[in-house]
Amino acid sequence: MVQAVATPSDLSKSEALLLYEDMVLGRTFEDKCAEMYYRGKMFGFVHLYNGQEAVSTGVIKALRPDDYVCSTYRDHVHALSKGIPARAVMAELFGKVTGCSKGRGGSMHLFSAEHNFLGGFAFVAEGIPVAAGAAFQTKYRREVLGENADQVTACFFGDGATNNGQFFETLNMAALWKLPIIFVVENNNWAIGMAHPRAAADTRIHKKAAVFGMPGQEVDGMDVLAVRQATQEAIARARSGEGPTLLECMTYRFRGHSLADPDELRSPQEKEYWFARDPIKLLQVKILEWGLATQAELEAIDRKIQLVVEDAVQFADESLEPDPKDLYLYQFAEDE
Amino acid sequence: MAEYTFFNALRAALDEEMARDARVFVLGEDVGHYGGSYKVTKDLYKKYGELRLLDTPICENSFTGLAIGAAMTGLRPVIEGMNMGFLLLAFNQIANNAGMLRYTSGGNFKIPLVVRGPGGVGRNLGAEHSQRLEAYFQNVPGIKMVACSTPYNAKGLLKSAIRDDNPVIFFEHVLLYNLKENLPEEEYLLPLDKAEIVRRGKDVTIVTYSRMRYHVLKALETLLPKGYDPEVIDLISLKPLDMDTIGASLQKTHRLIIVEEDMRCGGIGAEIIASINDRFFDELDAPIVRLAAKDVPTPYNTRLENLTIPQPADIVAAVEELLGGS
Repeated sequence: MVQAVATPSDLSKSEALLLYEDMVLGRTFEDKCAEMYYRGKMFGFVHLYNGQEAVSTGVIKALRPDDYVCSTYRDHVHALSKGIPARAVMAELFGKVTGCSKGRGGSMHLFSAEHNFLGGFAFVAEGIPVAAGAAFQTKYRREVLGENADQVTACFFGDGATNNGQFFETLNMAALWKLPIIFVVENNNWAIGMAHPRAAADTRIHKKAAVFGMPGQEVDGMDVLAVRQATQEAIARARSGEGPTLLECMTYRFRGHSLADPDELRSPQEKEYWFARDPIKLLQVKILEWGLATQAELEAIDRKIQLVVEDAVQFADESLEPDPKDLYLYQFAEDE
Repeated sequence: MAEYTFFNALRAALDEEMARDARVFVLGEDVGHYGGSYKVTKDLYKKYGELRLLDTPICENSFTGLAIGAAMTGLRPVIEGMNMGFLLLAFNQIANNAGMLRYTSGGNFKIPLVVRGPGGVGRNLGAEHSQRLEAYFQNVPGIKMVACSTPYNAKGLLKSAIRDDNPVIFFEHVLLYNLKENLPEEEYLLPLDKAEIVRRGKDVTIVTYSRMRYHVLKALETLLPKGYDPEVIDLISLKPLDMDTIGASLQKTHRLIIVEEDMRCGGIGAEIIASINDRFFDELDAPIVRLAAKDVPTPYNTRLENLTIPQPADIVAAVEELLGGS
């Protein structure tokens, strides 16, 4: 398993704090979502990301702004890490016209062309080939259109998706054509109530990359620095035309599958094991241990993020709902 | 003017659009080296290279998803379904992502995608290779559907479909690829949303599309000498339906026969009848007659296969019954 070898000399203070802030943003935002859901401000299925922050932050903060990210139904925090403002994400969850999908998408359909955020794919595994399409586009721009294109696409999905045909089909095409893509498996060991070992004949997802001649690595998904380091290597491969990489990030969701899930099947012992490995606390300990920042500085970030999220809620609350006369708007390209 | 077969008219459309716009590329099974199962892309890879005539592994759902991702990020893919029936394997990508993604993204992304290929009932191809997918897809929001029927309209429509910024499902018919027609030398485009009036008449409106157009024309060989004067409309656009053209014809004939190769249950004809009920009910002097495929899997046996789809004699009989003997 890839574990971070970073020492204080590898990691600047500003980078460490950037990672910390992004993870705190993800956690604080999701906690606020739960509160807003129970207060009737957001609706439908809401899948929270608590516990998995090191994966989103470790991968996406290693990317360039013009790189692509493709996500799943559990997409709020990927969107935030990619730079979509908390206001636009919260407003989308409130169903408001100021949301990143203009209130048409909702929790599972977040999009932003401006941020090269491809979605928000609600059916398991369906985003994997779409992400490969973005990666193909980069290769096409370079080799057919003669453009200086070297964007990388990061494609997120869970352990459940790796039993779906689209996972294998897309890994094959990505390896065959050496597409600049990173397949990021967030292995939290559970679908809804289906434990990964009950669904997969071989639970070692990273081993499945080798079938396609693709590097596959198991990564400590609770350690943001380990995720970041593995991602940096994968990015270097992808940008230099060496093709795809699969990263299996071992992580855990701290809440149920969605806010509608009673979460009765996971044992208290299992949860306690993972709670003790809270990725935000792990980074906090390292930052303090290495003297990169003080407790007061971290607390200042916590307070700042609290204000960002409060502001997002206020913005979402005060925003307008879509105009009923615009029901059909955005269906076709010529509608605008 | 120069004579083109149907498949070469389609090939010419692809060639012209690929030459015009380097973002246009074709992907699918055997579209490159093999030249397509009906030779629509024959030798184009020699001119445009293997990335622009992308031979894919046999994985319809995933290569369709890949095309959608490429379209979202600025390319203009044309998928060839080796047989349109195979696209059932890509139904999720076509419905959820090609069809709905622009809307659910609040207009963030365009999906300029064409999905084209051979469908319809051929000769003894068996049930799975004899499918008409238009009824399945007409329920998907956000897509356009076109059925071409002549070398002339195939070329002009495919060029327009490639230039359209929306997903277009483009239906060809397995039994029409060898039709020949003289086509203009100069470039032309045809609208995706307009029906074609094949013959003007005043007694009865016959609405049809794709290969059934030729069954209707065959029936006219019997009907015209008997003094019948039908108006024949080729729908071309299956979504949206050109109800204005159909309605204008009904205001003249007040009678309608629908001749379609897709299944009767929930088919294109069913949708036309419902739309007429909404907009043109008062124009009707008689109930609408629907000649559609029988609701059975297409049998292999020739005699049974012929029984499943409307035949020219059925059309003659329907006109005679609706209008009375002349």
